[in-house]
Amino acid sequence: MAGPRYIADPQALARNVALDGLTAIFHAPSGLTHLLAPPAPQILAALAGRPGSAEEVLARIAESFELEAANPADAIAARLAELEAVGLVAKT
Amino acid sequence: MRHRLDLRIGPVSYRIGSAWPEPLAELRRLYRNYPAAEAVCDFTVRLEPERPWRRYLRPSVAIRGDYTLPDAAPLPLTLGLLAAEMGMNLQMALGQKRYLLLHAGSVERDGRALILTGHSGAGKSTLAALLGERGWRFMGDEFALLDPATGLLHAFPRAISLKNAALALFDGADPARLGPVLRGTPKGTIRHLQPPAEAIARMDQPARPALILFPRFGRDLDPATRPVGAAEVFVRLTQASTNYVALGARGFDSLTSLVTTVPARAIDYRSSEEAVALVESAWAELR
Repeated sequence: MAGPRYIADPQALARNVALDGLTAIFHAPSGLTHLLAPPAPQILAALAGRPGSAEEVLARIAESFELEAANPADAIAARLAELEAVGLVAKT
Repeated sequence: MRHRLDLRIGPVSYRIGSAWPEPLAELRRLYRNYPAAEAVCDFTVRLEPERPWRRYLRPSVAIRGDYTLPDAAPLPLTLGLLAAEMGMNLQMALGQKRYLLLHAGSVERDGRALILTGHSGAGKSTLAALLGERGWRFMGDEFALLDPATGLLHAFPRAISLKNAALALFDGADPARLGPVLRGTPKGTIRHLQPPAEAIARMDQPARPALILFPRFGRDLDPATRPVGAAEVFVRLTQASTNYVALGARGFDSLTSLVTTVPARAIDYRSSEEAVALVESAWAELR
């Protein structure tokens, strides 16, 4: 069964700065600052204005990012739930 | 208000009104060498009786102004000077919009600024004051003002608030620079020290940040200096800023620029002499 599909603000990564392997982003719609660890920034980039499920996100980031997890799609789904909780992605 | 004093500290002008003459007389003495306030003041502070009859009967000073804390407890008139200082800090903490406000001490040498930040009680205020007596230009012990437009640090050299054990370190200071000893304050015993004459004369000169230090005092600590990564510095400075959120994208841009261009170190020390030596060696390593 396909999981939920998510989308991120097209401008989600408009203000981002790399800090020691982490990425600080300023989320303009909420005015909040987030400090993200990989693969969260890659997930946001993959969903910026383009809806997708965990599997689709995995396919989009697989070319440029290698996820070290036993079940990568599950790991992406877990990160998506976290990003939804902080308001950086929304279910479509 | 019956009594009024206008004064300017760095780029910030205050209008301070008081129902009693005493707090303003003490302020006037501590700030006697400061430049005149701008015609239009940035912030207003009012020291008023908590209730009308408390002007005379066990006088009790409530801190009011442009910005107030609803649950701030009034202080006895003997602590009126402290009330005025708290009121001035409160206006800055809640109302400053032009600069990113860092809860930090700062000093300058050769046009470059050293930022001292950390938890309350870590020793940043005392250390900034000590360095100000030892060849550095004192820029402030409470707030450092980062200009988002230029990345420069502006001085806010208000009277230094010496607390508890730190009072003894400045026993030898010119008595004309010292305020009254304020006992029984919420932070223990406090005495204000007027910054050195150079700090006041050069208060309008900003400096380029060159080093961020997180001092930590502990009698059982081994003296040490460690680098602090940009991500940790960023998080700690967002916590040390009272207006980071209010500045929005300007705050984000100026703070990320600061932490990615300026090195940061944590220093552990057991005595003020040790702290000064660690600061000097961290500074020397920048060259």
